[in-house]
Amino acid sequence: MFGQLFISGLATGSLYALTAVAVVVVFRNTRTINLAQGDFSMIGAFVALVLIKSFAFNYYFALAGSVVFCIGLGILAERVVMRQIADSDWLTLFTATLGMYYILHGVAGHFWGRDTKAFPLTFDPTPINVFGGIISQGHVVNMAWAAAIGLVLFIFFKYTKQGIAMRAVTDDPETAALMGIPVRFIVLLTWGMAGFLAAFAGVLIAPIIYVSPEMMDEVLIKGYVAAVFGGLYSIPGAIIGALLIGICENLAGGYLGSHFKTVTAFAMIVLLLAFRPHGLFGIQKRREV
Amino acid sequence: MTLLRLSNLEASYGAVRALQGVSMDVAEGAVVAVLGANGAGKSTTLKAISGVVKPTAGEIEFDGKRLNGMTPNQIVRLGIAQVPEGRKIFKDLTVAENLRMGAYARSDKAEISKDLDMILELFPRLSERAKQLGGTLSGGEQQMLAIGRGLMARPRLLLLDEPSLGLAPIIIADIFATLRKINEEKRMTMLVVEQNANIALKNSSFGYVLQVGRVAVEGVAGDLRQNKEVIESYMGA
Repeated sequence: MFGQLFISGLATGSLYALTAVAVVVVFRNTRTINLAQGDFSMIGAFVALVLIKSFAFNYYFALAGSVVFCIGLGILAERVVMRQIADSDWLTLFTATLGMYYILHGVAGHFWGRDTKAFPLTFDPTPINVFGGIISQGHVVNMAWAAAIGLVLFIFFKYTKQGIAMRAVTDDPETAALMGIPVRFIVLLTWGMAGFLAAFAGVLIAPIIYVSPEMMDEVLIKGYVAAVFGGLYSIPGAIIGALLIGICENLAGGYLGSHFKTVTAFAMIVLLLAFRPHGLFGIQKRREV
Repeated sequence: MTLLRLSNLEASYGAVRALQGVSMDVAEGAVVAVLGANGAGKSTTLKAISGVVKPTAGEIEFDGKRLNGMTPNQIVRLGIAQVPEGRKIFKDLTVAENLRMGAYARSDKAEISKDLDMILELFPRLSERAKQLGGTLSGGEQQMLAIGRGLMARPRLLLLDEPSLGLAPIIIADIFATLRKINEEKRMTMLVVEQNANIALKNSSFGYVLQVGRVAVEGVAGDLRQNKEVIESYMGA
């Protein structure tokens, strides 16, 4: 029972990690807590659902369509909303993302309705045996996707010119500009990456939590808390935080009862903010204000 | 031939008039020193050239092109690189990644890797520490990295803001010797802002002394080193 709960918690946690990493990359390059991150995912899940149901796309083409759409959505959010107020204080930026949150909720509700919709199962529902635990194949597939995306991000940040430039902008935007790095373009790229991650987060979790305008609200909060585990700065820290939340809430749900699941996640938030507000690994705020 | 010309340049920070009509000529291939006390406008002059500070009046001309109103991004692409005050190394990037970012505006891969080899040869310490994070280097190593990063742009004009700041005399001598070597071998033009007038004038051909936003004295470096006013004000007793 423990192994089973642990692995399925790990699987859910790996999906939270997609949201957590997106929160981190946007925050460290723009000082913006993006409250609309979950809604990018929600829109992405709806887009995939529409492509499958109305246009008879197969799953992979629907996923690809959702990824393209969400990258566009991220870029649009930057160009139309965030760039206009880029030099404002953090509260203005935060409020603008809250505005996008409500707009996207409203748009989704208007076009697709407020009721919860099932997402077609994309994997064989027969559970399989992994290291002695019986788990759903969907969990295995989700973990594999999350790991693959993690690998892509690692290569991007470590070996590509734009990826290293993105880290340079995180480090010191003024000096980055002196090197000829186009800082606004890098910020645009950051929002595009948030959209990319959002599409996977939304489509992969859709069969588990179903599709509705509110589907990502709780996931966003968990992703945000996971990001705080990494001091809103460290990507590995955010991933570890996300996995911890997934595992702990699943264990609590299994042993204490399902109504303890969400409570556990929120209790972790309270404890973390009370005792380690700069993140689990003691990462301090690095940039002078 | 004049590579860079500043004519009656003025710039302000709010109500503070940091530059009140600065004119300078930097000949191609020369090393020119800009001296002066804190707040004389030395750094502001460099920031105006690199496009970080917008001049309120006057002209900046580089290779016949007017730089006023250009972004730092465009100016780098014209061939002006800056080694900023306080070095401004990317702390969370490795030494190799810092150098790679210096060449961001370029796309000639083969030439970039040649320049990288040249820089690692000039500064063997950077080669040893290529995989270390920039933030873990000592002050002298960070200055070498900042210069190397500037050189990676393969600039026609290298702007150096206080390269001696906070370094031990032996390291300062080392760094200036390397700069001279680059100047002589590559004919790279350099504009060096320094508080350390002695070392700056020893290693340059021409100097400007700024006082409250204006050029107070200018002349051939050798003459400035004999100039009583300069000796008294900037070289210590």
